[in-house]
Amino acid sequence: MAKRVGMEIAIAAAEAVALCRPDVIAAYPITPNTHIPEHLSDIVADGRLDAEFVCVESEHSALSACIGASAAGARAFTATSSQGLLYMDEVMPIASSMRLPVVMAIGNRALSGPINIWNDHSDIMSQRDMGWISLFAAYGQEVIDMCVQAFKIAEDLDVMLPVNVNLDGFQLTHVVEPMLFPTQKEIDKFLPERKPYAAVHPDTTVSMGTLGMPDIFTESMKAKDEALKNSKKTILKVWKEWEEQFGRHYQPIIEHRTDGAEVLIMTMGSMSETAETAVDEMRKKGMPVGLLKLVLWRPFPYDDLRKAVKGARSLVVTDRAVSFGSCGPVGAEVRSALYDEPDAPAIVNEIIGLGGRDVTVEDFIAMGEKGLKAEKGKREEEYHIYGVRGS
Amino acid sequence: MAEKKWPETWQEVSPGNMVFEPGNAASYHTGSWRALRPVFTKTKCIKCGVCYIYCPEGCIYQNDEGFFEADLDYCKGCGICAAECWPGAIEMIEEG
Repeated sequence: MAKRVGMEIAIAAAEAVALCRPDVIAAYPITPNTHIPEHLSDIVADGRLDAEFVCVESEHSALSACIGASAAGARAFTATSSQGLLYMDEVMPIASSMRLPVVMAIGNRALSGPINIWNDHSDIMSQRDMGWISLFAAYGQEVIDMCVQAFKIAEDLDVMLPVNVNLDGFQLTHVVEPMLFPTQKEIDKFLPERKPYAAVHPDTTVSMGTLGMPDIFTESMKAKDEALKNSKKTILKVWKEWEEQFGRHYQPIIEHRTDGAEVLIMTMGSMSETAETAVDEMRKKGMPVGLLKLVLWRPFPYDDLRKAVKGARSLVVTDRAVSFGSCGPVGAEVRSALYDEPDAPAIVNEIIGLGGRDVTVEDFIAMGEKGLKAEKGKREEEYHIYGVRGS
Repeated sequence: MAEKKWPETWQEVSPGNMVFEPGNAASYHTGSWRALRPVFTKTKCIKCGVCYIYCPEGCIYQNDEGFFEADLDYCKGCGICAAECWPGAIEMIEEG
C-alpha cells in the first residue's frame, strides 16, 4: 500500500526515480535541481539501488553519458536546471533523433543574466523544439507520479523518445509536501524492465547516430515529428494505466471549475495551485472564471485545447518566460492553435513570475478581472509583462 | 552512378535512422560528387605509393602491374593525390 509521507519534493523525485530501477544516472550539480541527483547518489552509495552513478564533468557529458547508456539498452536518468540545460543543448536533439528514452527532471530556473537561481520557465522554453516529450508538474505528487510515468512513456516501442519532467525550482524542488508514495512492488508491476528496440553491443550489428544527407534528412525530420505527435496515444494510455493502478487522474489539460466559466486562465507548473485557490475565491465573488492547467507541453495538445476553450469569452494565458522580440512562448502557441477556430476566445497573454518573483492569489484575481474586460476580436496588446515596475 | 540506398518515404525511415547492415556505406557511391578526375600517367609513375597513402577516401589501389589507380565509384576528385605526387604523374582533369 502507498504510504503517506512528508518529504522535500526533489528528494521524493529521487526516491521515485530509484523505484524505477535506472541502470545509469549521470548528472552534474546545479541549483535548484541538485538534490535530485545528490540524493540518488546517496541511494546508490547506500546499496539500495544497483546503478552506475556517473560523476561527469559537465551537463553536456551528463546527457551524453545517458545517451550512450540508453543506446546500450540501459534505463538512463539525468537532471538539471537553467544554464545546465543550456549546456546540454547540443546533445538534446541527438537524444530524440536517435530515439533514445532518456528521462530528465528539470528543476526549472531562469536563464542568466543577470544571474538568477530562482524559478521561471525560460530554461525549458529554450529547449522547446528539441523533440522531447515535456511534462509539467504542479505539485509534489505529480512530480513523483510523472517521474515514473516518464520511463514507461519514453520506453514504449511506439514512442522511443526522451521525456523531461518539469518541476519549478524552489517552489517545488525545495518544498516539503505530503505525498502518497508507491511501493517498490507497485512500481515493478507498473513499469516493466526496458526492452530496447535495438542496443549497441559487440554481438549485434547496429549503427546509431549516423549521417543523414539531404536525400534523407527531410524524411527523417518528418518521421521524428510524427513520432512525437504519435506519442500522445501512449501518454494517454500510460496515464490511464496509472489511474487504474493508483487512482490519480492525468490528462493533457487539467480543468478546474471550468463549468460555465466565461474567462479561462491557463497555467503551467507550480503556479497552478495558487491559481486554483484564486479561481475558488473568484467564484465566491461571482466571477465566472475557470482554470486550465497545461500538463503536456510537447507534444502540444491542440485538440484538448480547442475543446477546453469552447464557449469561453476570453483566455488569459500565463507565461513564465519571454520569447524576446515576440511574446510569451505559451501565448504564441495558444494563439496559433486557436487562430482558425470559429468563435475563439479573446487571448490575453500575461508574462509573470520571472526569475522567482512570487505569483499570488491577488495577481490571479487581477488577471481574471482583465480577462472579464477582454473583448473578442479586439487585441489591445500582444502581451503584457505583469507587475513590471515603470509601466 | 549513385545507387538509391535510402528509404523513399518517411514511413520507411528506420527509427532513429538506425542502420542494421554493417559496412553499408560502401554501397553509397561518393564518386558522383566528383568534378575533377585523376588521370595517372604510367610513364611518369615510379610506383612509390604516395597517392595511395594520402588518399583520404582510401579509394586508390595498386593494380597487378604495380601501378596505382583510383576507384572512380568512390573518388570524390579532391586532388590530394595529384598535389602529393612528386613525379607529377597525376593530373586532375574536368569530368565532361
